[in-house]
Amino acid sequence: MRATFIKALAEIAERDERVMLLTADLGYTVLEEFAGRFPSRFFNVGVAEQNMLGVATGLAESGFIPFVYSIATFATLRPYEFIRNGPILHQLPVRIVGVGGGFEYGTAGPTHHAVEDVGVLRLQPGITVIAPADYNQARTALETTWELDGPVYYRLGKDEQRLVPGLDGAFSLGRAQLVRDGDALLIVVMGSVAPEAVAAAEELSVDGIECAVLVVASVSPVPEEDLIEQLSRFRTVLTVEAHFVTGGVGSLVAEVAADNGLGCRVVRNGVKVPLGAPGGSEAYLLDHHGLSRGKLREAARLAVLQTASI
Amino acid sequence: MTAAVAITPSVESLQNTARTLRRHALRMIAEAKSGHPGGSLSSAEIVTALYFGGILRHDPANPEDPDRDRFILSKGHGVPILYAALAESGYFPVEELMTLRQVDSRLQGHPVLGTVPGIEASTGSLGQGLSIGIGHAVAGRLDGKQFHTFVVLGDGECQEGQVWEAAMAAPNFELDTLTAIVDSNRYQLDGAVEDIMSLAPIVDKFAAFGWNVLEIDGHDMGAVVAALSQARAHRGQPTCIIAHTVKGKGVTFMENDNEFHGKAPNKDQLEVALSQLAPVT
Ligand SMILES: Cc1ncc(C[n+]2csc(CCOP(=O)(O)OP(=O)(O)O)c2C)c(N)n1
Ligand SMILES: [Mg+2]
Repeated sequence: MRATFIKALAEIAERDERVMLLTADLGYTVLEEFAGRFPSRFFNVGVAEQNMLGVATGLAESGFIPFVYSIATFATLRPYEFIRNGPILHQLPVRIVGVGGGFEYGTAGPTHHAVEDVGVLRLQPGITVIAPADYNQARTALETTWELDGPVYYRLGKDEQRLVPGLDGAFSLGRAQLVRDGDALLIVVMGSVAPEAVAAAEELSVDGIECAVLVVASVSPVPEEDLIEQLSRFRTVLTVEAHFVTGGVGSLVAEVAADNGLGCRVVRNGVKVPLGAPGGSEAYLLDHHGLSRGKLREAARLAVLQTASI
Repeated sequence: MTAAVAITPSVESLQNTARTLRRHALRMIAEAKSGHPGGSLSSAEIVTALYFGGILRHDPANPEDPDRDRFILSKGHGVPILYAALAESGYFPVEELMTLRQVDSRLQGHPVLGTVPGIEASTGSLGQGLSIGIGHAVAGRLDGKQFHTFVVLGDGECQEGQVWEAAMAAPNFELDTLTAIVDSNRYQLDGAVEDIMSLAPIVDKFAAFGWNVLEIDGHDMGAVVAALSQARAHRGQPTCIIAHTVKGKGVTFMENDNEFHGKAPNKDQLEVALSQLAPVT
């Protein structure tokens, strides 16, 4: 996702001289092409994420469109107040690019796990929050949002190979994408864990259980109408995210259901315990938190059974 | 304090210990297929001098001893060399080292407080260790303890603003029980510190903030031991040791090749590296 995203960004920078790219010592193997092509519009501020956000704020106030790039935790949590008091408060076109949402930096340990980035930014009105499900969608998301007036957060993954079946790179601000239909259950998924959710749905299909899968990449603005339409069709909804269950797509779905008096039950799958132990790879941690295709398949199966017995 | 007063080993024997720690660190990283060799190797003498050169007062059998010295590796990505020192000191079995970054291992990719004994702070998000060290040092003073707190920082890490907030606080608090050591290996993740965001003149900067500053060759074992004991003895202000080091030190193809900042050696590279780090008799 990140390589595709930066490549697409370079194409935009070719067309628009306002586009800049800043990093806090995390460009190695990813940002070289941009830095080489636009040396005067690339800044490495060193290991200094707060400074990076402050500088971007000033650049945006002066008419530039700065993209700031770091690991998702360091891009969002360290400079959080800078994001709040600058780009959000003054509706400036700063673009925060956080790489490695969820457990993508698995073995690096908890300081590198971004499981609240979407939540802390989503609770601020006035910032667009986008969590693409695959690299194609990341490209479309960038191409359709880079010129927005206010700030944007892009939560990216590192994968450049896996595609979500049925998504075809579709992205539209304030919309969700139904990538699979079914009548047993609705799965609503956010971010690069989406292929796992679709795989779980495909495995259940073999047993005759057909689940619909809705991808929410436009987290803010909320795809309210699409969610209302889909949630209304089901008695049970399963949300899936490599994120704390509070603040992310699970909360979002529960809010839409409650706000609109929808009768569905919301079963939230995500991180429910404090970070810390155990350690391990991304695959291991996803499984540990119930987010592997196998765990999701069984969670969905259970939810379907419970729905039938209500 | 139960630890016996350590009899300082000879410089030669400490150098061999440093080689042992380096071999452990590289084996661990190679086995995990991920980790940070460059910054682990550059810290080897500093960590060796602390743990085996009679500097750190600690008792592996009593890791919670309230009187123990504190060691915080603020540049948490260099943790393989610290795990190696902890294991060789007896905090946990040496065999456990090979579980670095593995599923369910206590040895996570960056230090996590509460996982293995001997880890004093969760680091990995750069720039936070010196502040935590100040907290320990202040607490020690309030509790009437004699322990000393040592914090190792990376030079790239010193670009974090937080480091300078802490640098301002420690002399203001007159914390002479705190020592910062900057592993000044001249490289960070994206390249040379000098090119990306120069820290020069770093000695003058720390001095201007009120620190007692010592400048040493961070691979000269005798000099490292001497500077650390001098720092410990210095009264009235905290000491900052600027240790000039070589990233990847000890392995010819890693030295100053920043590709090995965060890349594990493959099997063949590991073999060559281990042969270059063989004990010297
Ligand atoms: C807050 C934060 N930002 C970015 C990173 C990613 N990162 C890991 S190591 C590193 C470079 C550190 O350079 P330095 O402190 O000089 O370490 P050394 O050369 O000893 O490896 C960076 C930017 C991080 N771990 N934490
Ligand atoms: Mg360095």
